Amino acid sequence: MHTLKYNLASFFKYLTLVLGALMALVPIVVVFFASLKTNKEYASTGPLTLPENWLNFSNYSKAFIDGNMLLGFMNTIIIVLISIAGATLTGSMMAYILARFRFKGSKLLMGAFLLATLIPGVTTQVATFQIINSLELFNTRWAPILMYLGTDIIAVYIFMQFLDSISESLDESAMLDGASYWTIYWRIILPLLSPAIVTVIIVKGVNIYNDFYTPFLYMPKSSLQVVSTALFKFKGPYGSQWEVICAAIMIAIIPTLVAFIALQKYIYNGFAQGSVK
Amino acid sequence: MPKLSNMSYKNQRILIIFLFSLVPVVLLLTFSYLPVFKMFQYSFTSWNGFSKNMEYVGFDNYKTIFTKPEYFAVFKVSLYYFFATFVQMGLALYFATILSFNVRMKNWFKGILFFPTLLNGVAIGFIFLFFFKPEGTLNTILDLVGLGAWQQKWLLNPQLINISLAFASVWRYMGMNFIIFLGAISSIGGDIYEASEIDGANRWHQFRHIIIPSIKRILQLNLILAVSGAIGVFEIPYVMTGGSNGSGTFVIQTVDVAFKYSKLGLASAMAVVLLGIVVLVTILQRVLIKEEK
Repeated sequence: MHTLKYNLASFFKYLTLVLGALMALVPIVVVFFASLKTNKEYASTGPLTLPENWLNFSNYSKAFIDGNMLLGFMNTIIIVLISIAGATLTGSMMAYILARFRFKGSKLLMGAFLLATLIPGVTTQVATFQIINSLELFNTRWAPILMYLGTDIIAVYIFMQFLDSISESLDESAMLDGASYWTIYWRIILPLLSPAIVTVIIVKGVNIYNDFYTPFLYMPKSSLQVVSTALFKFKGPYGSQWEVICAAIMIAIIPTLVAFIALQKYIYNGFAQGSVK
Repeated sequence: MPKLSNMSYKNQRILIIFLFSLVPVVLLLTFSYLPVFKMFQYSFTSWNGFSKNMEYVGFDNYKTIFTKPEYFAVFKVSLYYFFATFVQMGLALYFATILSFNVRMKNWFKGILFFPTLLNGVAIGFIFLFFFKPEGTLNTILDLVGLGAWQQKWLLNPQLINISLAFASVWRYMGMNFIIFLGAISSIGGDIYEASEIDGANRWHQFRHIIIPSIKRILQLNLILAVSGAIGVFEIPYVMTGGSNGSGTFVIQTVDVAFKYSKLGLASAMAVVLLGIVVLVTILQRVLIKEEK
């Protein structure tokens, strides 16, 4: 009797897990199927039908060329690299001075950053737009870069937590050797922070790669399109060619899939650390 | 330039504190605090965003928002997303709990359930356009399992559109809640379960009396964040429907009013209302969590 009940519970557990996994995968997998079908095949088969030729990449090349996806990837990479490098530097610098020095105004500084995160970005977008405009940054890559750079309390928190685990006696022994604070930060602290840096890079990188709102509003110029906005442009002109849109969707999400598989361990850590404020 | 190491540590400290905080503080002021200030200022004008003079109109914009039904209706749309968050968190909590214990292929399930959270918002919008099309994935599956009679025009029926969109939103964000809960549950020491098992507790008892109390704060935080999340919905409905058929959310409307119809003053007032709600919720959260402690 006990085993029967136990088996039933176990069966239910696996059933829900499989259903959950199917629910997560099926919407993506059918898009993958459609992306490999020819126009005729797409029109005559249902979404669950497997593609006839698994190596039919013609939709991919069409989407990649017509959607000018290469440009989108280039712009995304430029923006991601500069923003992340900047955010890592400024975030770790802030964390360094806040964790290591007690000075007048440090509480105020911390509070100011914390308060700023309570203001959701979407609410102030209308006014931010005017500021970007008056700085003459509208329709330049600097608009999103500056916005991604600013005020990331989560990064500062992650760095500060990590700094607590780096012994201050390291700083002190370096000071006995006559190292300046800059040398301590650059030569000792920053290298030791690398696990936290990986975390910040992943969390920020995922956010920036997936962001649509910012580039859509601030860089409408087509030569500045990023992956998100390039993909969005498929809406409309390709309304009748879903197999091409599906290929474009796959082009946009394959880098995420590859990064996820390669960095799984760090991603779990990163999101767990980054989201529990 | 004088070498840093020649300066006294006291002067170095002052210099380094100043230099290291300079850029972040300038960015903070320019992109966080100045916009809020400007937004309040604009909200009392009828400014269109480009003309030279701003006309002061007092509380007219606020009156418009609270009296014209087309502006107020968007809050009803938020309710769909708000209720969807409970479904989302229930699922996330369920999966996080069972995946904290021994399960075969645990890492695979974890990865699959979490993966949607990492995807591009525009891609997700398209994936669900495809999913909800009349001859799309969902209707095909319904037909396949013998529920053909349940087929619907998911995105064309005004009664269903927001439910469909909220479903896409649950699909997108469930993994995020899931991973947070998983992290919180895994920080509970294994010996507590062992001790409870000796006392004869089953899985439900453990869930009810060990897991829930241990992650209560995160649970509350997430529940309250759900409100600002529900008001801030933008990408999925914008990509999928453009806000048509009664699926327009607060943010879609703000963007339209500001950039399509050039009513910057009105849009700013809407944003102030939005900010007000979020601030209110945050204060409420602080009070509630403090009381619970």
